[in-house]
Amino acid sequence: MKILVTVKRIPDPVEPPKFAGGQLDTATSKWVQNEFDEYGIETALRLAEVGGGTERLAEVVVLSICPPGKRDHVTNFLAMGANRAVVVEADDTTLDAQSIAQLVAAVFRKEACDLLISGKLSQDGESNELAQRVAGLLDLPQATFAAQVTWDRSGNALQVAREVEDGVETKRVPLPAVLSVDLRIVLPTSVRNGATPENHPYPDKPRLASLRGITMAKTKKVEVLKPADLGVTVGCAVQTRSVVAPPKRQAGKLVASVEELVEKLATEAKVL
Amino acid sequence: MSKVLVVVELGDGKLRAHSLPGITAGQQVAASLSAELHLLVLGASPQAAAEAIAAEGWGAKTVHVAAHAGLEPFTAEAWADAIVVAARAIGPTAIGGTATSTLRDALPRAAALLGAPLAPEVTGVKGPRIFSREVWAGRALAELAMEGDLFFFTARASEFAPAQPGGAAASVASVDGVAANQRGVQVLSIEKTQSARPALTEAKVVVSGGRGMREGANFRVLEELTDLLGGALGASRAATDAGMVPADLQVGQTGKVVAPNLYIAVAISGAIQHLAGMKGSKVIVAINKNGEEPIFQIADYGLVAKWEDAVPRLTELIRARKG
Ligand SMILES: Cc1cc2nc3c(=O)[nH]c(=O)nc-3n(C[C@H](O)[C@H](O)[C@H](O)COP(=O)(O)OP(=O)(O)OC[C@H]3O[C@@H](n4cnc5c(N)ncnc54)[C@H](O)[C@@H]3O)c2cc1C
Ligand SMILES: Nc1ncnc2c1ncn2[C@@H]1O[C@H](COP(=O)(O)O)[C@@H](O)[C@H]1O
Repeated sequence: MKILVTVKRIPDPVEPPKFAGGQLDTATSKWVQNEFDEYGIETALRLAEVGGGTERLAEVVVLSICPPGKRDHVTNFLAMGANRAVVVEADDTTLDAQSIAQLVAAVFRKEACDLLISGKLSQDGESNELAQRVAGLLDLPQATFAAQVTWDRSGNALQVAREVEDGVETKRVPLPAVLSVDLRIVLPTSVRNGATPENHPYPDKPRLASLRGITMAKTKKVEVLKPADLGVTVGCAVQTRSVVAPPKRQAGKLVASVEELVEKLATEAKVL
Repeated sequence: MSKVLVVVELGDGKLRAHSLPGITAGQQVAASLSAELHLLVLGASPQAAAEAIAAEGWGAKTVHVAAHAGLEPFTAEAWADAIVVAARAIGPTAIGGTATSTLRDALPRAAALLGAPLAPEVTGVKGPRIFSREVWAGRALAELAMEGDLFFFTARASEFAPAQPGGAAASVASVDGVAANQRGVQVLSIEKTQSARPALTEAKVVVSGGRGMREGANFRVLEELTDLLGGALGASRAATDAGMVPADLQVGQTGKVVAPNLYIAVAISGAIQHLAGMKGSKVIVAINKNGEEPIFQIADYGLVAKWEDAVPRLTELIRARKG
């Protein structure tokens, strides 16, 4: 089993966005990994490892499309426990989702992977489309917005609980397949590989890299490619005309009592 | 004349309410492009539903029917196949619909197969091929221009009023040669959250609880207030992650985006990811024991109090007022 995990480099979402000349100003931003991709790598590692031990059921390969020399986020994922990485050098901020998807699909094919795991959403662009596009381009089944995954190794399939509009859908997907992960995939019992004991104490968040992991990361293989090496011509059919701050909502007032609140809601806001 | 194709969803053989904002967005896109509006209905045997929808008009020229046993239950794999076949037959300039979990699953896949760009979860139609949308958890507003012979869009339900039936009846046409291959997937179950309350994204009042509610049983107090106001129950991620309430009640960047007349946030701190899902509400009320929390910076009315004291009293006073 070979699992490909995508990771996007984004401006730190903890810092409020800055604007200049009708566009986002990221000149002074700190760049970090998209948090949903931390959930993706955590999912891959929980599938691959046999809880506690050193045995691995799968190889985990990290993939990012990012500008040359800007790959600390990839190193972080190697430090968390991925086996190796592929980096496609391109300024992804100038590419559309179809181009990114073509690059991811090309690496998936080249590596003959069995599973792609991506985040459901990038925290900056919030497109929620990469996994679906890659699945379409590869003509593979997809399970998006995954909240729970069980790997049926003898059946070579995944059983996935997906968060949908008004409940939870459970879908069985034969491998090879494409997965996108939602928030609850990192809860302690969300990922099952049939080998890790059911009561293995996973925390409710992605792991932190250990000191040993950080040291090891420097020795792990990173293959660097250009889009042309993959035979992909990239472009962008979506032009961002402007990015501005939204209108600010005025802070209201504090009320002193429940009585005053009800009075205000009835007579001033007229919502009761 | 160019065409805008809106994909609608059926429930119990009828047009689903959550598809209506997508029709409105489609009408606006069609107007901006001087194009005709067309609707697409998919299912195992959706003919009767399509005829009923066509009779209601909706400003549409034609309701197209893609019928195939493999289209039910919904899978993105089969739906994307059928949408591609329909697109090739109908030749639209734009394909879209409401940004539901269904269309957010299927439309990007279809867009990839057709090599088309997609404007995701748009909040407004600003001109021909031009859309506004929120990015960065609602802290930035982007305007996009879509290029190419064909583009896709999904519309955020809270930002487009539900379409109203009316106008001339539409014609009904079937899409020939519909393919619908599920690629070996099986839908094993769909567990719907049972609720007699209005849908979160359609409710006029939303009462949400956060981590400070401590456990699921305590949501009883919020449910009483919710039902008195005829509203829907919501929650923060901390409350849904802790299993206090089902995950589909989550409001926020990764949950539902709501914009009711009245939003009451109880024991919720107001993290940006939560605000992203409710800051478009007309009137926001915050009840929290800590007056320093960011939720108070966007609330119209803030009450610094423990929910244990404030919420039962609030319910009591509103009930008295309603008589
Ligand atoms: C990628 C990503 C996506 C996310 N998406 C979402 C999302 O879609 N929706 C979402 O909500 N969050 C989301 N989050 C999580 C978000 O960052 C916050 O962690 C979360 O919203 C906090 O929930 P909370 O306000 O209930 O909990 P807390 O922040 O812990 O706040 C609890 C509040 O309860 C108050 N309180 C405690 N006891 C009482 C009492 N007795 N009476 C009154 N008040 C009391 C406290 O003062 C406090 O303000 C996301 C996070 C990430 C990283
Ligand atoms: N430049 C990129 N490099 C690697 N992965 C990416 C890139 N852009 C998006 N992704 C992946 O696509 C997922 C969904 O992003 P999006 O569709 O942009 O919301 C992210 O969680 C990433 O895993």
